[in-house]
Amino acid sequence: MTISPELDARFRDAAAAESLLDVAYELHDTPVGRLLIAVTDHGVCEIHYDADPEAEAERLARFFGRRVLRSARPTDEARRQLDEYFARERREFDLPVDLRPAREFGRAVLDELARVPYGEVTTYGALAAKAGRPRAARAVGTVMNRNPVPIVLPCHRVVGSTGSLVGYAGGLDRKRALLELEGALSA
Amino acid sequence: MMEAVGIPPFERFYEEHRNAVLGQLRRLLGRDAADDAFQETFLRALRAYPSLKHGEHLRTWALTIARNVAIDARRREKLTSADVPDLESVDEPLPYEELRRLTADLPEKERAAVFLRYGYDLSYEDIGAALGSNPEAARQAASSGVRRLRRKELR
Repeated sequence: MTISPELDARFRDAAAAESLLDVAYELHDTPVGRLLIAVTDHGVCEIHYDADPEAEAERLARFFGRRVLRSARPTDEARRQLDEYFARERREFDLPVDLRPAREFGRAVLDELARVPYGEVTTYGALAAKAGRPRAARAVGTVMNRNPVPIVLPCHRVVGSTGSLVGYAGGLDRKRALLELEGALSA
Repeated sequence: MMEAVGIPPFERFYEEHRNAVLGQLRRLLGRDAADDAFQETFLRALRAYPSLKHGEHLRTWALTIARNVAIDARRREKLTSADVPDLESVDEPLPYEELRRLTADLPEKERAAVFLRYGYDLSYEDIGAALGSNPEAARQAASSGVRRLRRKELR
């Protein structure tokens, strides 16, 4: 006995419509690869490159609650805005983000990161200073590496003090591609 | 130390048990009713999921919920059942011709009682008087006529 795709989709929609989920997620194809996009009642809580959905579901359950279900509709708005971003029709995301698991300093850094404008870059040190700990560039690097919602919170716009790209959780090729898309690097 | 079996994310629970749940519901309810019951089963499971204490016997748990949903569905079906118009809940008197056709095969007394009750909207007191019996007998004749119609229609 195998359930039909229609019946499956009907249940996944109903679960979200009745607000019974801690986290809804969907996989979404973009020019930088397939993303796992996860949403809670508070906003987008995770965007993940090259995700193993089963492992991610485990992780999300630990942070937000066990009722984690693949369900497309709650992620529609985030996916639409990402599509517009990749089509160069959007420069700023208008999406709530759910950063509840972030610790104090990480939270402060992510809040500052959100203010780095489209098409510009800043440095780890500058971001550390803005978050109130000018000598914590390395710690900022760690926060960037663990940024739960890359692209929407633009950690790709943070580079080394010499202008080198340094690192990116999704891989340097993607960092380069995002900066080129924004016109911050010449292709 | 024994570690309690962890409770998986709902996605995994759903993927692992959805086919078994649908199979059981189809056996209990038939194909069409099973689809609605399937959704209701997993919505109930979602509502109860936060209060689960451990992850053991989740298959049994899912099938138990499914059985309860099936029992509720059957009960509802009984209440509203029958392709026969639900005579007791019809407000307007039925069209005379339709009622004549429906009741054509009933035993005379039942036919008369059903006709007077649902065609003419008479009280059982009046029907009892009309049939030369009493209100209780009239009520019994009408209801056994309705039962007979249902059985006939369901065959």
